[in-house]
Amino acid sequence: MRTGRRAAATAALVLVLAACSPAERKDNTGVYMLLDTSGTYANELEKAEHIIRHTLSRLDASDSFAVARIDTGSFSEKDIVAKTSFDDRPSTMNRQKRLFAQQVSDFVRNAQSSPYTDITGGVLQAVEFLNEKGTRRKTILIFSDLKEDLQEGYVRDIELDLDGFDVIALNVTKLRSDNVDPREYLGRLADWQTRVEKSGGRWRVINDLDNLEGLL
Amino acid sequence: MNFVLGITPWPVLSALFWIVLVVGALYLARPTAHRAIRATAGSLHNSLKLASRAVAQAEANLAQRNREVLLAAGREAKERIVEREFDRVNDSVRKDLANYAALHRSLSGAIDRIEKDHQDAVEVPPDPPGWVKAVEAVAKIDSREGRVGISDVLGDIHKSLVKAHEEALAAYREASARRHALLHRMQPEWRRVRQALGHVQKSVDSLLERSVAIDRHMQEYEDIVRGHDRAISVLSSSSLVYFFVSALVLAVAVGGATINFSLIARPMAEMVGGTNLIGGFRTADIAALVIIMVEISMGLFLMESLRITRLFPVIGALPDKIRVRMVWITFTILFLLASVEAGLAYMREVLLQDELATNALLRGEAEGATLAGEYLWITTAAQMGMGFILPFALTFVAIPLETFVHSLRTVLGLAGIALLRCTSLLFRVFGNVFRWVGLLAEQLYDLPLFIPLWLEARIGVAQAKGSARLGRVGT
Repeated sequence: MRTGRRAAATAALVLVLAACSPAERKDNTGVYMLLDTSGTYANELEKAEHIIRHTLSRLDASDSFAVARIDTGSFSEKDIVAKTSFDDRPSTMNRQKRLFAQQVSDFVRNAQSSPYTDITGGVLQAVEFLNEKGTRRKTILIFSDLKEDLQEGYVRDIELDLDGFDVIALNVTKLRSDNVDPREYLGRLADWQTRVEKSGGRWRVINDLDNLEGLL
Repeated sequence: MNFVLGITPWPVLSALFWIVLVVGALYLARPTAHRAIRATAGSLHNSLKLASRAVAQAEANLAQRNREVLLAAGREAKERIVEREFDRVNDSVRKDLANYAALHRSLSGAIDRIEKDHQDAVEVPPDPPGWVKAVEAVAKIDSREGRVGISDVLGDIHKSLVKAHEEALAAYREASARRHALLHRMQPEWRRVRQALGHVQKSVDSLLERSVAIDRHMQEYEDIVRGHDRAISVLSSSSLVYFFVSALVLAVAVGGATINFSLIARPMAEMVGGTNLIGGFRTADIAALVIIMVEISMGLFLMESLRITRLFPVIGALPDKIRVRMVWITFTILFLLASVEAGLAYMREVLLQDELATNALLRGEAEGATLAGEYLWITTAAQMGMGFILPFALTFVAIPLETFVHSLRTVLGLAGIALLRCTSLLFRVFGNVFRWVGLLAEQLYDLPLFIPLWLEARIGVAQAKGSARLGRVGT
């Protein structure tokens, strides 16, 4: 009888302690931004820096952010320009933001143009990164004209698992050929939308970079 | 419906048939139906009446309890006031009586000195002039014997007289001057005596005023002890006033605590992290709240130890030595917490500036992201000052809190009485409504039976007439 009471008291204590034990914030956000550095699009990177700074100002403690470039083979950690998970102490978080902004700024100034554009590899890398971080909201920003140009031998006909992901295409510029035949541009957008939505993700396009309030 | 109207080939006839059938059935069931209606209405009426009485009884009990609570609270408050008045009288008497011996000595000394000076200042009658005797001697000289040389004698007398007069005048002037000096010396002694007596007068007046106040409080205390209605009324209205006033002050204190919270919640994130949660709330917020609650608790204990409030009888009953120790301990903790808050307030300003600078940098306004401003120290100092002062200000929450807690009992009692009274009234009203509804239902039941009832009445009258006729024939 006494043992039973002791067990009940211990269980109650454990329950109370479990209820009071600190838990991490569960509504955190993970953002992975892909920067297209191929061809003439590399000139657009200053706009990307503006978006990155805006994103940094919107992110909070325990959020994660990574910026990676899209080049010939983007499914690689080496393509990550800057990445961080923000500390829950405000002063450290501010330092991290400043450092991140500095890293991106350095990259933009010294970015080299790549001959090929492996967007799918970048998306795969983003999915892997964000799943590893385990954030509640997962957002992939693609700063590109969405024209994929793979080097011979690279296999990217892979099923993506984008369930629970927001995929946002930013600054999808029109190529010279798009001006000749706009169906190419619309087709590119439609293809990516279909591909993302088939994979379980939500697709959005934002071309007005002066109005980024709804980005996150 | 078709079935109802289709039992005969003619619907009207069918309807008439049904009406007759229903009316007949209702007529036959009339006494039973009336009894059922009366029983239902009566039972509902009685139940509600019973409930009303029960609620009224509960209201009376609550009113009695509220009365006792009011009287107890009033008695306690009056005891405290009278006790405090006696303490003041005690202090005053002790202070004055302690000085009384010195005052008495001072007064006696002053009076002795005045008396001595007064005696010294008494006017001494001048000695009779020496020439009087000489004149008497001249008068006794025989005219014959004294004719020769009398003018010489008179001349000597004149000289002696003038000399004696001058000497007497000088002595008199000297004596008068000495007397005036003595009288002049008495003046400050008189003033001193007057001052001492004025002080005594003041003390006595103060004591008299206190005794009048004590008399008044004792009269009110007696009224409370005897449970006079006037005392209850006064206590009740006072309790309501105290309740609203203390609620207002507590609302102000809650505002102060909120400001305090906002001062320390942000820097707390730097200490315990900004994303940890306990029970769905941020740990930093909970930590800030706990600090404020601990400050308020320390304030309560400090006020209790100082015997300003009496929320915890255990603290009030502690020996004076331990109580004084407790005062110092709680004050020290409060001081340390206030210092911590001042530090956190400073930290808050630093973090705020850091965040502003980072945001400015991210917006591309790096040149505007200066941490130091010309007037930045004013806001920093103001925040630190608030962080330090607010914990001490919150200490005084104990006073309205005590009043609020005490008056809340009475106010809740009054609200309960009002609620029970309304409930009792409603039960009574609904009980009567059910009784009249029963009567109305009986009348409504009879309404479609007006033909059989009319026939019944006619038959009854005819039977009565027949019986009367038979009676007359019999006689």
